Amino acid sequence: MSNKILVYIDQYQGTALPASWEALGAGRMLTNLYGGASLVVLVAGERSKEVAGQAFQYGADEALFADHATLADYRAEAYAAVLVKVARELAPLAVLLPTTLRGRELAAMSAIDLDSGILADVTALELQDGKVLATRQIYAGKALSKVVCDALPQIITTRGRAFEKPTVDPARSGAPTQVPAVLAEADIPTKILSHAAADGGVSLGDAAVIVSGGRGVANNPNLSPPTGLDDKQAEIWRAQQGFKMLGDLAGVLGGAVGASRAAVDAGYIPYEHQVGQTGKVVSPNLYIACGISGAIQHQAGMRSSKVIVAINKDPEAPIFKLARFGVVGDLYTLVPALTEALRLRLGK
Amino acid sequence: MDFALSEEHRFVQQMVRDFAHKEVSPIIKECDRKQEMAPFVLPRMAELGILGICIPVRYGGQGMDYISLGLACEELEVIDTSLRVIMSVHMGLNSMALLQWGTEEQKQRFLVPQAQGKKYAGFGLTEPNAGSDVAGMQSTARREGDEYVINGEKMWISLATKMHHCLWVARTDPQAADPHDGLSAFIVEMDRPGITAGDIHGKLGVRAGSTGWIACQDVRIPVENRLGEEGEGFKIAMSCLDNGRYTVAAGATGLIRASLEASVKYAHERNAFGREIARFQLIQQKIAGMVQSYDAARLLYLRAGWMKNQGLRNTRETSLAKWYATDASFMAASEAVQVHGAYGYSDEYDVERYLRNSKGAIIYEGTSEIHQLMQAGYALNFRQDAPLRCELPAYDPEIWQE
Amino acid sequence: MKIIVCIKQVPDSAARIVVEGGQISWGDAPAIMNPWDEYAVEAALVQKDAVDADVAVISVGAESAKEALKTALAMGCTEAILISDPALAGADSQALARTLAAAIQKLGPAELVFFGRQAIDTDLGVTAAQTARVLGWPALTLVSKVDSLDGNKITVERSTEEGRQVLESKLPAVVSVGKDIGEPRYPSFMGIRKAAKAVIPTWSLADLGIETPKSHIRWPAVMSPPVRDITTEMITGNSPQEIAGKLADKILAEKVL
Repeated sequence: MSNKILVYIDQYQGTALPASWEALGAGRMLTNLYGGASLVVLVAGERSKEVAGQAFQYGADEALFADHATLADYRAEAYAAVLVKVARELAPLAVLLPTTLRGRELAAMSAIDLDSGILADVTALELQDGKVLATRQIYAGKALSKVVCDALPQIITTRGRAFEKPTVDPARSGAPTQVPAVLAEADIPTKILSHAAADGGVSLGDAAVIVSGGRGVANNPNLSPPTGLDDKQAEIWRAQQGFKMLGDLAGVLGGAVGASRAAVDAGYIPYEHQVGQTGKVVSPNLYIACGISGAIQHQAGMRSSKVIVAINKDPEAPIFKLARFGVVGDLYTLVPALTEALRLRLGK
Repeated sequence: MDFALSEEHRFVQQMVRDFAHKEVSPIIKECDRKQEMAPFVLPRMAELGILGICIPVRYGGQGMDYISLGLACEELEVIDTSLRVIMSVHMGLNSMALLQWGTEEQKQRFLVPQAQGKKYAGFGLTEPNAGSDVAGMQSTARREGDEYVINGEKMWISLATKMHHCLWVARTDPQAADPHDGLSAFIVEMDRPGITAGDIHGKLGVRAGSTGWIACQDVRIPVENRLGEEGEGFKIAMSCLDNGRYTVAAGATGLIRASLEASVKYAHERNAFGREIARFQLIQQKIAGMVQSYDAARLLYLRAGWMKNQGLRNTRETSLAKWYATDASFMAASEAVQVHGAYGYSDEYDVERYLRNSKGAIIYEGTSEIHQLMQAGYALNFRQDAPLRCELPAYDPEIWQE
Repeated sequence: MKIIVCIKQVPDSAARIVVEGGQISWGDAPAIMNPWDEYAVEAALVQKDAVDADVAVISVGAESAKEALKTALAMGCTEAILISDPALAGADSQALARTLAAAIQKLGPAELVFFGRQAIDTDLGVTAAQTARVLGWPALTLVSKVDSLDGNKITVERSTEEGRQVLESKLPAVVSVGKDIGEPRYPSFMGIRKAAKAVIPTWSLADLGIETPKSHIRWPAVMSPPVRDITTEMITGNSPQEIAGKLADKILAEKVL
């Protein structure tokens, strides 16, 4: 075993996903805990050399990149083969990846190939008897477990926003080293046929601020839908106006828009925005819940937000038990007023 | 004596519970406020096979037993009475009567499409001037050659404007010495010339349901549409009620459970005088009362269902189950409103709907007063059940599921 | 065509989880089929209807997991197998994947294996990819739609962080699904009858012909999450503007922006 920590940087079209730098931060923490270990990153795909170069500024000691025609688009088997080969050659103490879609499956596959184990979606790391002791949530966060891997390398994926991104040191630089692709095109079992980008805006998982709406967002009595809509269409129109209002608030705060399951099931907003047990689990710095009652399933998705604000006309809504600040009132007057108040104070 | 539900029964219970909870619960309050049945409900219950649950597979049904029917009714009514009323009229009062009294040809013509959910069925007994006094009904069916000519008006008919087939009871023999012997039963297709139907609004409860009136003006039907013999109409109607009121008993049991679950939930959430109200004894008393009546009502209707499965005459046991459960559900709902305090008085919570819905069941399918007379009659030996010419078939999984 | 679905029985998501003396309990809350696995069963049944396939549903668990297997049968699966062995107690995801892979191979040539995206008890979300890896088959995770399926390839849509991706894969393949795959169907009454009568065989590790797979992950401790000491401050005022002003000031004071 070498004295190295390997971090996989998940990137898309030349930009690392923010969670990747957080994983690097966790990697640096581990090198300190292991006393003098060095930090190596691996980036793969198109423009991976650029991203590998950036890694030095975030604290990497070595940066490897794999850029090859077969790696132009992400394909799990092709990327896993590169990661596993690098891990075998490097023999690190641990391999860290962000818990992104790609990160999770690459970690999973590497654990099998390397005959080790995966500590998945961890929120804290410490060292005990020379082994990483990781904390992770189970039962949708209703309990925590400490987990340990007794084989090497220890494969760890870090939960988004659970670890600090390292501060960028623009003075730090280095030369990335290229590593080859492993699988020939003929041996890769999948082909990408097309991509379609999601509706822009801040991704829910990365957002520092989330403004979320529930079914109550569709009930603005002062709105008149355009003529010619049936009842269901009018309801959806009202809901979209409501979510636009929340979007204005999110915009002022540089945040993303979330939704409760009820709002998604009613067709008010796409599933990508759903926060909760069957949607996304988020932990922003600020979570503003508007017209959300706060059912257990929703709480499971946002409970670990740093500061929770709840606006609801029902004083008995369970969400108030979680909230740092609460307002009982009509969200249709309060949200625009709050948007204005914050706009003024933030000088926007 | 095994009081446990079979695995099959538990699956049926869960399936109907999931459907009602997932698909109807989110929109039921709105439908109740609008006094309209949601258009998707009937076709969806048809699609899921619920409308044919206890009819043999060879007659287009799902081949489950009568206990499954009861369990389904209990689960449906937990979400709303209007869902269970559909089963009461389509299955209890009409389809099961066809199973019991119909000729093979009538079963093919009417029962099969009803069990498949392709046609909806209802029951036309009650009239504006005749409720408990069934034999006092005024609707007539005059024999002319190989047809009957139906005249009359029925009222308080569930699915009046939605059903395709109506089991209509009318007087064929005005001269009969005993008016009970002058009635006959018919299957009337609702698209025949001379039939009009309309909705009734303004009911205290079951507002998300469809209730209305049907009028027949010289409606001609073939002789083949008569169910049973001439003069059997009263006996057939009473046996229809044995099945209809079974579903009402099961449903009212569900309503007690809904009241109980809502009260338990609220009692844990609401605080007063520094603690949750569940800690106060007078609240606990109400909860205990609901538990008692739920367990009792449940055992009563399951016994009736078991007797039907065995092919045993169950008029007395079903009447007892219906009387007990409906009275108890009214009490449970009233106590549930009380547990919720002012919030119980508002339609923001469901309990006021349970209370309004529960009152109807004490009136229809035999008022509680009628049932008391029946039970006293049995006990005092003033009343005996003579065997019927046709009995409801016992449940036989081999035969029903092929 | 043969399709296999892997399911897990877990405590109800509404269960109150209590940690006492390092042990987790969920009282008398019922055990249910992992909700994500219901979507996997649905995905398999959609393909069963489309290409006239057989669907075998398997689960690694205790005898009680037969309940979840019966639910899958009632939904329409053709056969069900329970894999159970005391040696599997405390198995980690790698050991589980190796066990499932052995069962999949024992069931005979299958074209497609479906998983739900994660189990709601462990929340790991790795078993699909790991089972694929042991089998040497491609893993298609977080699939939102199956566009087409024929004898030798499958075309799927996946939701990635950046949007939607359409990809084609050789068969056999492993697929994990999320909610967008379509609402799971209710058990049919016919299915309920079949399931109630079904006798589900249990396979041990010996039946699978493998030694106990090694587990590398241990769980030395389990805890309740730290209780967040929150004092909720309710903001009031004479007008929405006044309330909004107070709230904005409070939020800024928390230094979360």
